[in-house]
Amino acid sequence: TEAQAEKLGLGRPATADEVKAWDIDVRPDGLGLPEGRGNVEDGEELFIDNCAACHGDFGEGVDRWPVLSGGHDSLEDDRPVKTIGSYWPYVSTVYDYINRAMPFGAAQTLEPDQVYAITAYLLNMNDVVDDDFELSHENFADVKLENEDNFFMDDRADGELKEFATEPCMTNCKDSVAITKRAAIIDVTPEETAASEADSEAKAEAAAEEMKA
Amino acid sequence: MPVLFKGKKPSRRAFLKGAVAGGAGALTGGTALAAGEKVITELQPWMSESGAPVDAMPYGKPSAYEDHVKRRTVEWLTADPISSINFTPLHELDGIITPNGLAFERHHGGAADIEPGKHRLMINGLVETELVFTMDDLMRFPRENHVYFLECAANSGMEWRGSQLNGCQFTHGMIHNVMYTGVPLRLLLEEAGVKTAGKWLLAEGADSAAMTRSIPMEKAMDDCIVAFKMNGEALRPEQGYPVRLVVPGWEGNMWVKWLRRLEVGDKPWHHREETSKYTDLLANGKARRFTWEMDAKSVITNPSPQAPIKHGKGPTVITGVAWSGRGTVPRVDVTVDGGITWHKARISGPSLDKSMHRFYYEFDWDGKPLLLQSRAHDSTGYVQPTKDQLRKFRGVNSIYHNNGIQTWAVDEEGIAENVEIS
Repeated sequence: TEAQAEKLGLGRPATADEVKAWDIDVRPDGLGLPEGRGNVEDGEELFIDNCAACHGDFGEGVDRWPVLSGGHDSLEDDRPVKTIGSYWPYVSTVYDYINRAMPFGAAQTLEPDQVYAITAYLLNMNDVVDDDFELSHENFADVKLENEDNFFMDDRADGELKEFATEPCMTNCKDSVAITKRAAIIDVTPEETAASEADSEAKAEAAAEEMKA
Repeated sequence: MPVLFKGKKPSRRAFLKGAVAGGAGALTGGTALAAGEKVITELQPWMSESGAPVDAMPYGKPSAYEDHVKRRTVEWLTADPISSINFTPLHELDGIITPNGLAFERHHGGAADIEPGKHRLMINGLVETELVFTMDDLMRFPRENHVYFLECAANSGMEWRGSQLNGCQFTHGMIHNVMYTGVPLRLLLEEAGVKTAGKWLLAEGADSAAMTRSIPMEKAMDDCIVAFKMNGEALRPEQGYPVRLVVPGWEGNMWVKWLRRLEVGDKPWHHREETSKYTDLLANGKARRFTWEMDAKSVITNPSPQAPIKHGKGPTVITGVAWSGRGTVPRVDVTVDGGITWHKARISGPSLDKSMHRFYYEFDWDGKPLLLQSRAHDSTGYVQPTKDQLRKFRGVNSIYHNNGIQTWAVDEEGIAENVEIS
């Protein structure tokens, strides 16, 4: 077995404190959750103080920052709104991600109770729990998100890979060809500004002068 | 990555002017050639004066005349430049190796600045012995060298609804291809001793996004590498210095940078980057998860919107790159008439597993408009599909994994545009 492979004896055992400091991940079955609790009301205050500047008071998103709430039943729409409530499969991911990476620019500064409270508030904003709800490590597994069952394992092998693995046409493949879409009409590609072009030319001249010296 | 577009809308004329400006110095034939070109008949400074001394540039940079060869970003794609993306200038490159300074960047919490002496790699979870390695420890394991492409899952993602960005740097530039040096992940896991129940691996970064992805143990034990060099030198900070995960053929998000921890578990973690992100929403409202492999893909890099034909009719080189996350690319077809007739292109350079391949198709351009496409075949027999073929399976909202055939329309002046055709 793999366990019997020859070892080089490199590295050293991790201490319990080291593992505890870094092993912060949480799974859907609750593995990794710290003890703690937080309610919607406390979560609202924390969210307003730490999160709303980017995500909006109700998780609706400011400017281009991510929308965290709403979008229910929009996944088949022309422009789906994918939020915690409409798209995410697991509450554990909300806890884990806030805990590991938020607030943006000040990651891993929240205490477990604060993360529970903010998670509770986001669940409330997404109509998953009531206003008086308290989330804890004990009742965590009872909370389900509506889109959990709508994810499925990559199935390209069953359809796409077979359909595309055929010898394609090489000659006389179509009677005519027409352009159907054009990027220049949409016109959103960044351009080099006149200033930066001039800057680059000036630098090239300066470099040439330097070589002469 | 959001695919909405907002913000500045530059004019097409200005963009095209910019694209052509690079060739302004080319001397046209005809005038005053009886006497000869001055660059030949007159003594040029570099023929007479000394050049730069060897100590002028201890770490060399490209010629100042290559200033335009650089990574570019598209501001409106993301909310801010910290969790954002930039693009490799594919239209300026040849061969298959991406220079380190031009390899595209994708960060979720900015590029971490890590002192290697303070970096640690931990292995924990379902192992016999939970371990901590220093960088010095990692350097003592047997190493391997491999050339692999790293393609962002969102490469070409802005093009699902139709032609949007005008240049292969923007439509296809979330990719780089370099030689990685590092330790097979398998050796590190064997050092810790994976328990029988250990079926999944969580890789985690040391940056402020603490990026995590779940990787099945079969892949981890197969060809993944814990890499500390790219193209012979240390990883660039923006590529994960001092150490990153290499997951050959699989979507770039899984190539965790600034790798600090590997946890062995019995189930996947379903973290943010494999639920909210990097899941592919289909038209029926259901979403694929764990779409790891990057399917066979290609793009013509020259001519292309940022690299118009400037030489007029006559001998013309069409070139581009092709790759597949499922193997090698033994064949690429090219069309100049929008797919009525296809020609087998010539692949030049090494054909390596899960690496970029360089192809060429030389032809005599008669000066008439062209509709250029390339079509990659991989070693599994898969043939790169059209965008419409993909949309039949997926709709237009899956964001990731757009490997559809790209079309460039070239006009009589040699100007190229990103288009779709019937």
